[in-house]
Amino acid sequence: MHETDMTKALILTVKDWLSEQSGHPVVERIHLTVGQFTCVEPASLQFAFRAQVQGTFLEKSDLVIEETPLLAFCHPCQQEYRPEIGLQYACPVCQSPLEDILSGRELKINRVEFSQPTSV
Amino acid sequence: MHQTFDATLEMNLLHANQHGADKNRAQLDSWGITCLNLMSSPGSGKTQLLEKTLQQLNSELQMAVIEGDMTTQLDAERLRRCGVPVIAINTGRACHLDSRMVAGGLLQFANEQQPNEFDLVFVENVGNLVCPAEFEVGEHAKVALLSVTEGEDKPLKYPIMFREADCLLITKIDLAPFLEIDIETIVANVRQINSKADIFLVSAKTGEGLDHWLDWIRQKTPASCC
Ligand SMILES: Nc1nc2c(ncn2[C@@H]2O[C@H](COP(=O)(O)OP(=O)(O)OP(=O)(O)O)[C@@H](O)[C@H]2O)c(=O)[nH]1
Ligand SMILES: [Mg+2]
Ligand SMILES: [Zn+2]
Repeated sequence: MHETDMTKALILTVKDWLSEQSGHPVVERIHLTVGQFTCVEPASLQFAFRAQVQGTFLEKSDLVIEETPLLAFCHPCQQEYRPEIGLQYACPVCQSPLEDILSGRELKINRVEFSQPTSV
Repeated sequence: MHQTFDATLEMNLLHANQHGADKNRAQLDSWGITCLNLMSSPGSGKTQLLEKTLQQLNSELQMAVIEGDMTTQLDAERLRRCGVPVIAINTGRACHLDSRMVAGGLLQFANEQQPNEFDLVFVENVGNLVCPAEFEVGEHAKVALLSVTEGEDKPLKYPIMFREADCLLITKIDLAPFLEIDIETIVANVRQINSKADIFLVSAKTGEGLDHWLDWIRQKTPASCC
């Protein structure tokens, strides 16, 4: 269950970030981008997140996951293409190997929505 | 009253792990040690390859192993018989090593040995074809193993490890004659996703092909030229 470890890493990262903020921010929503060409399954990640944040500072926070498709760029063809994961990664036109990945490798915390008790 | 804010983080989900890996690498660099991370599915032959490699390079290089295993010390004990220090890390339920575990291993290594005298540390990752590829531990190069008994399609089904590998060892080639396996197809499948990795065919059992692998290690280990 690597999603469990990913979640641990996610919580650590948000915790680190939070410790650098002033005041007492409360995390409302965490926005992630998870590429299709990673070893992370969004549903499992969501599940692991809910299980692990129980009783922590993130208990009331939502996890919003956006998935990005695997998109590659073929230099000989100067063309984007969508490899078929599990079947075919080379360029379907000229068979050049998968080189540049334009999207699909993201495992990113994009942004955090948080609230701050307003001081009067 | 609460006010809501939006903060852009644009931060890698594995930021904490990555940071730890960079620290481990800096530590290794300060000792003049090259670190190779060996990854494969369970039973592809990581430990047996290491046994042969340690035996063959023992007179040239000072080596150590960080051995990741979910529960047992079996592999660590096998490797200790090769006469090198082995730091065993039981990962528990975690199916891969992460940089924090390896940092602990390096600390233990530094306490027990003179790290400056070493040239090369092998990390044997937990047998798993999926996650270790996403968790850098501070290695200078990633070595993936795929045994001929696993089938030609594995690089297509588990592309990330093969994409990330700097070196791919196709192992147990002594068994190829008994199987219906086409090694050229394995290589072609790897080449679809990784045009740069150095690929070697090896058998830890017969020793076939090991010379190329040992030369590759020598190239990665600056100390070996002096
Ligand atoms: N025929 C043959 N068998 C091999 C070779 N290398 C390893 N084996 C056998 O394959 C089995 C697994 O080898 P290990 O070296 O333990 O594999 P591993 O990758 O370390 O396994 P885990 O650490 O459990 O993931 C053992 O029974 C080895 O004897 C080889 O080159 N040829
Ligand atoms: Mg082993
Ligand atoms: Zn093309």
